[in-house]
Amino acid sequence: MTPTLQNTPTDYVPVLMQAAVVIGFVVTVMLATHYLGPARKTKRKLQNFECGIEQVGNARSPFSVKYFLIAILFVLFDVEVIFMYPWAVNFRELGAFGFWEMLIFMGFLLSGFLYLFLKGAFTWDRFNKPEGH
Amino acid sequence: MDSNINNFTIVDAPEGISGSGFFATSLDKAIGLARLNSLWPLPFATSCCGIEFMATMAPHYDLSRFGMERLSFSPRQSDLLMVMGTIAKKMGPILQEVYVQMAEPRWVIAVGACAASGGIFDTYSVLQGIDRVIPVDVYVPGCPPRPEQIINGILKIQDLVHNESGRRRNSPEYKELLAKYGIE
Repeated sequence: MTPTLQNTPTDYVPVLMQAAVVIGFVVTVMLATHYLGPARKTKRKLQNFECGIEQVGNARSPFSVKYFLIAILFVLFDVEVIFMYPWAVNFRELGAFGFWEMLIFMGFLLSGFLYLFLKGAFTWDRFNKPEGH
Repeated sequence: MDSNINNFTIVDAPEGISGSGFFATSLDKAIGLARLNSLWPLPFATSCCGIEFMATMAPHYDLSRFGMERLSFSPRQSDLLMVMGTIAKKMGPILQEVYVQMAEPRWVIAVGACAASGGIFDTYSVLQGIDRVIPVDVYVPGCPPRPEQIINGILKIQDLVHNESGRRRNSPEYKELLAKYGIE
């Protein structure tokens, strides 16, 4: 009979035991530190830490959608710049083809930018200005 | 300087009963030993004493060898508040808030004349010693103190940590002390 490499489910029991020991240890230690460790749970202590300054209001308050637009636009052009770094490093190898490819890529993003511009996404105080401006 | 990596010392075992294959000591002693060598300081540096503290943490004086490798800038993870520098009266409540939000048990060291007593700034705007807002365990004199003095203060704190009874923080005296500062 030739030796064969056979895996039976029982071969993995040690792995399960190891997992049980690891998870058991973590859970036990966390429970032990929470229940046995000294603690002083006052309202003042359990407040959010804001560098010692009393907290004011709630962080989850509505804010103007303009900030969201700015953030998304930043991410868009940030990613574009990230793409340009490896492109610049390999500029010679890619040759004229790579140059035109990048120009097309930037053209796409710039057309989106132009669309936003024409839509008036950058006129922040559109609603505050009096008529005729 | 001997750079031999084997040339380090290990802490001595606390007093206890030992026999073949076992060692028994009181829980307070074992915990004290563990705590004193693993204090996590929170540096609250507001002026020139903070500069001395930088020297103390730097390789020449190397505070890390006392088990303080890791400075914490969140009070949640630290048990030693190191107040270094002038504390203005407006800073007082902030200092107290930081103290209140620290992990239990906690110790405080006031480094320098300003933190201890207001120092030369005997004016309307400066807190005349941080012990007006939080309880202080060790005062380090000097204006500013040399790193050696700060290390001496740290060793004094380690003495306190080492010999603190596990019941101290639940004693009526301690609660009274905290109540004096308006801390629960």
